[in-house]
Amino acid sequence: MKRSKLLMLIGTLLVTALLLAACPAAVPAEAPAADSAAEEPAMADEVVEIEYWQYNFAARVDAMNQLIAQFEEANPNIKVVHNADIPYAEFRDKIAASVPAGVGPDVATLFYGWQSVWIDSGYLVPLPEDAFPPAMVAEKFSPMVQASFVEGTLYTLPTAVRALALFYNKDLMTDAGLDPESPPSTLDELADQAAACTQRDDDGALVVQGFVADPAAQDHHWFREVLVRQFGGVPYTDDYTEVLYNDEAGMQAWNYLLAFHTDLATGDRDLFDGSTNAFVGGHVCFHVDGSFRLGTIAKNNPEMNFGVAELPSHNGIKSTFGSYWTHGLTKKAAADQARFDAAVKFLQFITSADAGALWVDIVGELPAQLEAGSNPELLADEKLGAFAAGLEYSHATFFADESQQRQAIIDSFDMVILTDEDPATALQIAADTDQEVLDDFWSSR
Amino acid sequence: MATSAEIGTEGTLQIAEHFKSAHGGSRRRFGWTLLIAYLLLAIGGVCMVTPFFWMILTSVKPAPELVDFSFFPENPTLQNYLNVLNTSSFERWYLNSIIVAIISTTSVVFFDTLVGYTLNKFDFPGKNIIFIGMLGTLMIPTEMLIIPWFTMSVNWNWHIGYAQYWGIAFPGVITAAGIFLMRQFFDGVPNELLDAARMDGMNEFGIWWRIAAPLVKPAIAALAIFNFIGNWNAYLWPLILANSREFYTLPVGLSFFRGESTTHWEKIMTAASLASIPLLIVFLIFQRQIIRGIALTGLKG
Amino acid sequence: MRFTLRQRQIIWAYIFMSVALVFFVIIRWYPTILAFNVSFRDWNVFEGSGPWVGLENYQEIWKDAGKPRSSVTAAFSNTVRYVLFGVPSQLVLALAIALLLAQIRRLSAVFRVAYFAPYVTSAVAVAFVWNWLYQPETGLINQGLDLVGLPQQPFTKSPAQALPSITAVAVWQNLGFAVIIFLAGIQQIPGHYYEAARIDGANAWQLFWRITLPLLNPIIVYLTVLGTISYLRLFALVQNMSPQGTGGPLKSTTTVVLEVYREGFSSYKMGYAGALTVLLFFLILLITIIQLRFFSRRVEY
Repeated sequence: MKRSKLLMLIGTLLVTALLLAACPAAVPAEAPAADSAAEEPAMADEVVEIEYWQYNFAARVDAMNQLIAQFEEANPNIKVVHNADIPYAEFRDKIAASVPAGVGPDVATLFYGWQSVWIDSGYLVPLPEDAFPPAMVAEKFSPMVQASFVEGTLYTLPTAVRALALFYNKDLMTDAGLDPESPPSTLDELADQAAACTQRDDDGALVVQGFVADPAAQDHHWFREVLVRQFGGVPYTDDYTEVLYNDEAGMQAWNYLLAFHTDLATGDRDLFDGSTNAFVGGHVCFHVDGSFRLGTIAKNNPEMNFGVAELPSHNGIKSTFGSYWTHGLTKKAAADQARFDAAVKFLQFITSADAGALWVDIVGELPAQLEAGSNPELLADEKLGAFAAGLEYSHATFFADESQQRQAIIDSFDMVILTDEDPATALQIAADTDQEVLDDFWSSR
Repeated sequence: MATSAEIGTEGTLQIAEHFKSAHGGSRRRFGWTLLIAYLLLAIGGVCMVTPFFWMILTSVKPAPELVDFSFFPENPTLQNYLNVLNTSSFERWYLNSIIVAIISTTSVVFFDTLVGYTLNKFDFPGKNIIFIGMLGTLMIPTEMLIIPWFTMSVNWNWHIGYAQYWGIAFPGVITAAGIFLMRQFFDGVPNELLDAARMDGMNEFGIWWRIAAPLVKPAIAALAIFNFIGNWNAYLWPLILANSREFYTLPVGLSFFRGESTTHWEKIMTAASLASIPLLIVFLIFQRQIIRGIALTGLKG
Repeated sequence: MRFTLRQRQIIWAYIFMSVALVFFVIIRWYPTILAFNVSFRDWNVFEGSGPWVGLENYQEIWKDAGKPRSSVTAAFSNTVRYVLFGVPSQLVLALAIALLLAQIRRLSAVFRVAYFAPYVTSAVAVAFVWNWLYQPETGLINQGLDLVGLPQQPFTKSPAQALPSITAVAVWQNLGFAVIIFLAGIQQIPGHYYEAARIDGANAWQLFWRITLPLLNPIIVYLTVLGTISYLRLFALVQNMSPQGTGGPLKSTTTVVLEVYREGFSSYKMGYAGALTVLLFFLILLITIIQLRFFSRRVEY
């Protein structure tokens, strides 16, 4: 190729690209009006069909199928199409591709941490106040569900919620001479017992890890919503517009978390591919995790002799991190009144206390409604009880962009561990990055 | 090589034959070079297959053994295979993968060879632009194309029913990488041969089909294999297009074993082992086309 | 009327390419233009087409690139490093293996399958297997290092070693592809070239430099250009191998396409993702054109 030809070629491509880019029609503009065939106004006694999407997880699919069957029986003129054939990791991709094409769900299940992005982009519509009065939500639902209100408007509601608790390996505790029936109840006890439980071989390599600090697992939540509060701080302002964990209390919490890796050296998150896998494999004494981990243990290490306790308190303060998969109504549902009404009914049904009770039996997640969650039988449950007890003092972080905010903590932790960054500087960097994400979100509202 | 002008059809085919059989008649010699070659290949081969081998070993481990990262299974079991084969729609995913790979590979072998040949052997205005334009399609990540593709598919109803097979296959029925590959391989086909055929009055399609294409059979075989594998392992687009598990391909189906908190690695390893076996068989069949046991005589001694 | 030879060539060329051109226009170029278009919009997938914002997305990228610990800067510089580490090692290793494989006859099918096995393995399985190989303490490589008295290495756990470690996996996985293409190319070299040269008294080294390498030029061009493009687009492997799929630790393994994916499908900032795509497109285009020019000298037979 001659030089002149080459230049011409690049030039032509550039110009074409720019010209074409300037044309106003983008794909979404050309997308067909959502299901134009189904747009005809539905008659009163005609069957309305709505579509519900969630990611694939056998127990959830099973539970939802049962709920849908009950709902359809009670509402013969509504048919719910249940699409759960979507792998967990690509749920968001599938949603993203469906919207410009004008297909997709009327009711969608999403992680509460994604709400802001979905709301911000206009995909979720507010829940009607007459069907879901804010006062009812405040009274009946676990306090963490307040995270579903954005500037006073309710956008989603969950069937079930989760909380963190302390998992402990009884056999390893016994081996270390600790009493397996009195797991640590305060942060100081946790540090002491973790140190006592740690075993090393003659070369100094870890054989049993007391506690593994691993923000990539649940410890970033534990830091923000639990440790910071217990050391006397608050992670964010009440409206979650400003980061506050970069203060004295935050620094103490940060050092407490880092010490498991540095001073106490009770564990190394690089071993066994992270703290979760290491605990499930039976190599770790204490581990902070959610109720969903019970299923993992049942599958991968059914023989393990372990218990679950409430998260250790500090300065008399109890806290836990709560989170939930929640259900929202999409703008596709809002485009048609009959479908929207049906979707509202369906949402009311799957967020009822009864639905929560069915959910806990099949999926093992705690009911979102306090009435079902404070069931004495549940509180007395050997494994689920500790999680259920946490519901009343749980906090769910309002995330502007969950993945980026989590990454901020992970990166700062890595800076200290991998590049010997000063802990205070690292925490400040995390706070700055986090703040930037928040500013980005709030400034666009 | 004889000049082309006066050679008749007979002669053309003779040259083609000569070209094909040019490698015959290598003398077998055993020596240090051969021994070293085997030794080096064996060392490299072990490095190459160890991870693959471990995948298969993992597929016969019961789930609790996975968290320990041991090499050999303590209690080998075929239970994972039974579990995976009993997963609903698993055979269907297999079938879907085969259908999609066959649709795409058939089309790719024909069109990529034809276009690659055209770009190498013809001189026409716009040639460089078209070539670079086609290569340009390799420079855009698929992630940015799936939304327009999906919108198109919905417009044309390729996202429902059996049309989904076409829907999954269509972005890959002609590929820039394949065209480029064939363009390069046609470089080795002497122009004299084609000119001679032209002189004989053979039409252009016939020249490509009967003279040129057979000479690059090894490359066509390679193209077929790579395209088949590429489609077999394709993930993101089939996932976006297919609207239910009945139309998922193997890699998409495999992702059902990956959950939010629990990943069934033993099942993934099992399914991955099951998925790669047919590919190795396809490879075994086609690799004979690529090298018919011909040694590179020139480099010896 | 009669067409001249050249006119007939042009007509045939376009007839041969017609189907492919229609395909490229509709399925490849049009969506590409849409991706370009999106890069000038503030579009988050969910609403209409998003307002036209001109160069705002590009300005934002520029601004982000200037920040300390910027993902964008890391993505571009890592991507270039993947290419610099990956492409040459892949080419040299593949050529060496192909030449060795061409020497041997016995067991050659076994070796070919061994070298090809990684290429057919699904990406998720590859990531899982290598993640275990790289484990501290329990992983096979570190146990091997222990055995010969060398210190353990952190591999993917350390910001310094993570990128080369992932590159090694990419090379491992793609080596089979390059080996087969080289083998097909070696197969196409007429054997009498070697015989003639040997009669002239050339030794093995001279045969390699004067015949094999020059005649493999089209293949080397192909593998260089395509290899470069594929390393510039590296995504799935990094997503599967880095912690939480985010290109860590400390952004040391992130790539441009990974950032495109994260911005587009996790934060739903399609405009920003589109602008990154456009930048990547021109980076790849530039490198490809330079490579094609560099290699474009024709080989005389």
